[in-house]
Amino acid sequence: MKKAISVDVNGVAYENEVEPRLLLVHYLRDTLGLTGTHIGCETSLCGACTVLIDGQAVKSCTMFAVQATGSSIKTIEGMANNGDLHPVQEGFWEKHGLQCGYCTPGMIMASAQILDRNPQPTREEIRHGLDGNLCRCTGYQHIVEAVEYAAKKVSGAG
Amino acid sequence: MADKYVGRRVKRTEDPRLIKGLAHYVDDVRLPDTLHVAFVRSVYAHARINGIDTTEALKAPGVVAVYTGKDIAEKIGPVPCASALPGLKVPDYRVLAQEKVCFVGHPIAAVVATDPYAARDAIDLVMVDYEDLPVVVDVEAAANGGPVIYEDFGDNIAYKLTAGEGDIEAALSSADRILKQRVVHQRLAPIAMEGRGVLARYFPGEGELTIWSSTQIPHLMRTQVALMIGIGENKLRVITPEVGGGFGSKLNIYAEEALLGWISMQLNKPVKWIETRRENMQATIHGRGQVGYIEIGCKNDGTLTGLRYNVFADLGAYHQLLTPAIPTLTGLMLSGAYKIPAIQINVTGCFTNKMATDAYRGAGRPEATYVVERALDLVAAELGIDAAEVRRRNFPAPNEFPFHTATGLEYDSGDYETALNNAQALIGYSKLREEQKKAREEGRLIGIGISTYVEICALGPSAAMPAGGWESATVRIEPTGKVTVMTGASPHGQGQETSFAQIAADELGVDLNDVTVIHGDTGIVQYGIGTFGSRATAVGGTAMLIAIQKLKEKANRIAAHMLKCEASNLAFEGGRYSLRAARAAAATGTSDPVVPVGEAPGGALPEPQTEGKSSLTIQDVALAAHLAKELPPDTEPGLSATYFFEPKNFTFPFGTHIVAVEIDRDTGDLKFLRYVAVDDCGKVINPMLVDGQLHGGIVQSVGQALFEEVVYDEQGQLITGTLMDYAVPRAAHIPWMELDRTETPSPVNPLGVKGVGEAGTIGATPAIVGAIVDALAPFGVKHLDMPVKPEAIWRILNA
Repeated sequence: MKKAISVDVNGVAYENEVEPRLLLVHYLRDTLGLTGTHIGCETSLCGACTVLIDGQAVKSCTMFAVQATGSSIKTIEGMANNGDLHPVQEGFWEKHGLQCGYCTPGMIMASAQILDRNPQPTREEIRHGLDGNLCRCTGYQHIVEAVEYAAKKVSGAG
Repeated sequence: MADKYVGRRVKRTEDPRLIKGLAHYVDDVRLPDTLHVAFVRSVYAHARINGIDTTEALKAPGVVAVYTGKDIAEKIGPVPCASALPGLKVPDYRVLAQEKVCFVGHPIAAVVATDPYAARDAIDLVMVDYEDLPVVVDVEAAANGGPVIYEDFGDNIAYKLTAGEGDIEAALSSADRILKQRVVHQRLAPIAMEGRGVLARYFPGEGELTIWSSTQIPHLMRTQVALMIGIGENKLRVITPEVGGGFGSKLNIYAEEALLGWISMQLNKPVKWIETRRENMQATIHGRGQVGYIEIGCKNDGTLTGLRYNVFADLGAYHQLLTPAIPTLTGLMLSGAYKIPAIQINVTGCFTNKMATDAYRGAGRPEATYVVERALDLVAAELGIDAAEVRRRNFPAPNEFPFHTATGLEYDSGDYETALNNAQALIGYSKLREEQKKAREEGRLIGIGISTYVEICALGPSAAMPAGGWESATVRIEPTGKVTVMTGASPHGQGQETSFAQIAADELGVDLNDVTVIHGDTGIVQYGIGTFGSRATAVGGTAMLIAIQKLKEKANRIAAHMLKCEASNLAFEGGRYSLRAARAAAATGTSDPVVPVGEAPGGALPEPQTEGKSSLTIQDVALAAHLAKELPPDTEPGLSATYFFEPKNFTFPFGTHIVAVEIDRDTGDLKFLRYVAVDDCGKVINPMLVDGQLHGGIVQSVGQALFEEVVYDEQGQLITGTLMDYAVPRAAHIPWMELDRTETPSPVNPLGVKGVGEAGTIGATPAIVGAIVDALAPFGVKHLDMPVKPEAIWRILNA
């Protein structure tokens, strides 16, 4: 019944036997203990569970773990590099882009992809790019400013 | 002493763990051998339960136990309601349904299994024999007969209440005009991004139960759950780990919290339940839910004479903690920012076959502000007076404070006209009106909406609260000089780990990073009330401030003893007690060098060195207080102080929001042109956090004004059961908010703070609706009900 999967998560190789119906987010949280990825709606509408799979932002609550086999996954725990915050993480801290913090990991992963695709996004492009992620605390304005901060930082202007 | 931290934009100390994904919400707390609970919930809005068959579920793989209403009937008390309105009818609200279910989502059975997938599978195997009953959904239908939910009560009216001062009949008959409007405050879902969650672990040897819960009120929950399940309150520990938003939805005692605790005691194992979003939509409290009738009387110059509001409050099927009390807050705030000689509210609280309404960000006050601000707009339109001007004409002047309202309140302080003037200047009001006029001539639909709100915060004096309105703090300086603050408030995103540390660091003259703020653990923190009603800083922060002052009195005495002088000879500055005479010398650089404690090699505590010194740091004093070798006579060792602060009044923040919108003639869609807010929340501890609170609140208002609505069909089925159907604002929907503020300190507390958590949801909604109505004024529109969707606008444009 169980299927073998092998994935790379944050640079570490894992091989596990999982039930075919196990959701990727549960694999990350419960099998690997990476609880930084959150579940907010179970229906891919809120984006709290966003991770990067082979560089693409994916909502891990509506993907099976077996579908991820062979891929390279990055979660929020893998964003800082040797203790140095990712520019997007820095932006969220600097610009008060979070309050309760629950949507934050997904927001940071989605924001990283926005900048990966478009290092100099306009404010409107950032707002559009965050359309798949819900935040109930911040009203988004500081989140948008956090991404702008990160864009400047990445381009060397900040 | 100049503040080093207070008033500054200090980055949050909470953030590193949150942005790295290393924080712990309830579902991130992992205990070995944890069992998982899933609930069978009613699919009917109103039905008799003729039987429940759990046989197949119990046989399912991984299932350990299944509990139904019969199992808990004699074991777990009802879900509590703290409101004690005279004549209030209180249905028996059990943690699992008894003879019948009264709303969709009503818990019927709890399945316990070894993993969450197994528990979820097994709930489909529980067979419930329902006999459906007539359903009442509409609140006015419930008030006027309709199928009766509780036969014993005879009708669906839970309570009726009339409040207000002044002769309303005379006030209205003295008016030149009386304007009437029916308004709907639709039901909203709070949608904290983290739903509720409970982990309970019973320690059978010690007879102790620990419950981790995503709640805003750990201590009140401990008291209530202990009573519900019959465990000593001192044997129950409630921990709120990271809490992923609340907005009032976690200011409650829920069935699942008591039930999980009880199940853990039955099975002697940890048990966990994590709410799904669907459960959150069905069975976590909703907010608002009022249908009301406004009558406003005014003179021809716009002066208000009286306001009457007859309101039907949609309470839902049961009372949660504060359900019946919410409309009473609406009554209290009906004077808004205006002088209204006579006010009357008549509340009819009604049972309906829906989830309970309760406190959602603003909790009764957004409804009041909406009523008053819509009424002012009606007056302005009727008399042809500008919306800003009609407001200005009815403001109390700054020298009229404390201002007594006809709802029985004393507003503490305010300068409403300055906030309005500043907001008008910021948005360029007269120019904007010119542009609007020009746009209309071109056939474009631009509207400007104004709200000059006042809100009631810092809840509040205990006499006015159902379960204590004070807040507590303990402040301790540890032997190494580190400062520990324990607050009875329970922040869940507001950032008080930072803002309280700012206050403490300034008061004690220590580094911000040497202060740790602990909250949300009844095993560690003294009894507290919690975080809601924009109270944490105004009440809890004040408790901390006074505790620090007590602590410093003691430290001053110890320091004087150590320096062999009178306490009055010492001055405290920059974290150091100095002989007044020595301060001048210190300024010239001749004072003694002092080795800070905590930096001694090898980790050993150093001995305090006082010989020949003229000053001591507060850390020196803390160490001496713990070593207790040279304390003044009759002085307790240690350096800590606890204070329970009872506020004498509420606080009343205020402000002006002005919004400009343009409506697309073809689609009815709306675009924000400008959003300007000038808010006054009293003294500001951290402007960045204040802006964040305002942004979040304003955008929740955008949701209410434009998108959000909990919809039940006529059978009581929840139509908006997922985030696909319930429209929470997204990043592309928001207006870009331009914030400014005035700062009128509150005289109610020594910090001068008023509170800001709910200002956005209170101030913004009427401004947005007002702007849409203003844009559609050429079509004869005087009012539109929320949420104002493009379809409604399109229909007007195409009528």
